[in-house]
Amino acid sequence: MIVADRKSLEEILEMVEDCKKILIVGCKGCVTVCNVGGVKEVEILSSSLKIARKKAGIEIEIDMHTLERQCDNEYIEQIKETVNDYDAVVSMACGVGPQFLSEMYKDQKFFPALDTTFFGGATEHGVWEERCAGCGTCIIHKYDGLCPVARCAKSLLHGPCGGSSNSACEISKDTECVWDSIVRKKMEQGRLEDLLGVTEARDWRSARDGGPRRSIREELVQGNI
Amino acid sequence: MRLSYPANVKIIQVPCTGRVDIIHLLNAIEDGADGVYVAGCLEGECHYISGNLKARRKVEYVQKTLKELGIEPERVAMYNLSSAQGARFAEIANEVVTKIKELGPTPVTNKKQNNAA
Ligand code: SF4
Ligand code: SF4
Repeated sequence: MIVADRKSLEEILEMVEDCKKILIVGCKGCVTVCNVGGVKEVEILSSSLKIARKKAGIEIEIDMHTLERQCDNEYIEQIKETVNDYDAVVSMACGVGPQFLSEMYKDQKFFPALDTTFFGGATEHGVWEERCAGCGTCIIHKYDGLCPVARCAKSLLHGPCGGSSNSACEISKDTECVWDSIVRKKMEQGRLEDLLGVTEARDWRSARDGGPRRSIREELVQGNI
Repeated sequence: MRLSYPANVKIIQVPCTGRVDIIHLLNAIEDGADGVYVAGCLEGECHYISGNLKARRKVEYVQKTLKELGIEPERVAMYNLSSAQGARFAEIANEVVTKIKELGPTPVTNKKQNNAA
């Protein structure tokens, strides 16, 4: 899923400083799963902002609406009747949300309440870790399913580097050296020689380096199948 | 045993403190309560195993939020006592009221003059 963290109340309050009436839009997708932008978190943000504004003596009116997803126009459309009744709209989805909203509703202002961080999963209750960088050409079959692109600080395809120590990366002792894990797994499986080959320099244009990306599924473009 | 507790404490009963949510505590502050506290069973004695432990974590979350907003976090608190401790219940109520009186009225009033202080 896409993982995000909520911005500080201070930052969000600054965004809505001039507003008297706002809408907070949640998302029932990824950000509900990582407990940062679903129904509950929308309520908490709304109440926190109201407390702050009451304290400041400038009350704010806040409505809430949590959509199925904010990355699909069919759901974005569901607020079309009311979206312009507000001074601004705060989105609690990943960075995709405010942009889909902004593209559909040209006359409204949209603010992000979250800092979108990475594609990952929960390694324990309350802890999420990065696993994929969406590089556009998955190569992890070579590394037994572990990704050096997203999880090695240098995205090395032939690792580990000299900074690997006691299974930790040189950037921090709390960061696993994924190359240590890759080598360890190969050794445990008796297939260390898999790593002796040279992996060709890869074409990073399929990643962000090639500019914004697009995915087209011809058969779907032609109609439902 | 007839024990008295301050009349300005309004009790809201829940089946277990696990039922109390962050938003309930925030709403109380938002609606102008000077303070709000959760009185749960003793730790280790929750009928539902961990309701009171979860309540404590929620109280701590709200305290953090209030701090972020420049409001005294002590306005929200968690206490643990057993249902057999009637005297302790009255004592806690008095303790909370005294503490909140020391803090003064809530700053969440929508009156600009509050900020002048
Ligand atoms: S808008 Fe973002 S957070 Fe919501 S479902 Fe889509 S990708 Fe996930
Ligand atoms: S190789 Fe690319 S697509 Fe595959 S897991 Fe790593 S970042 Fe994601």
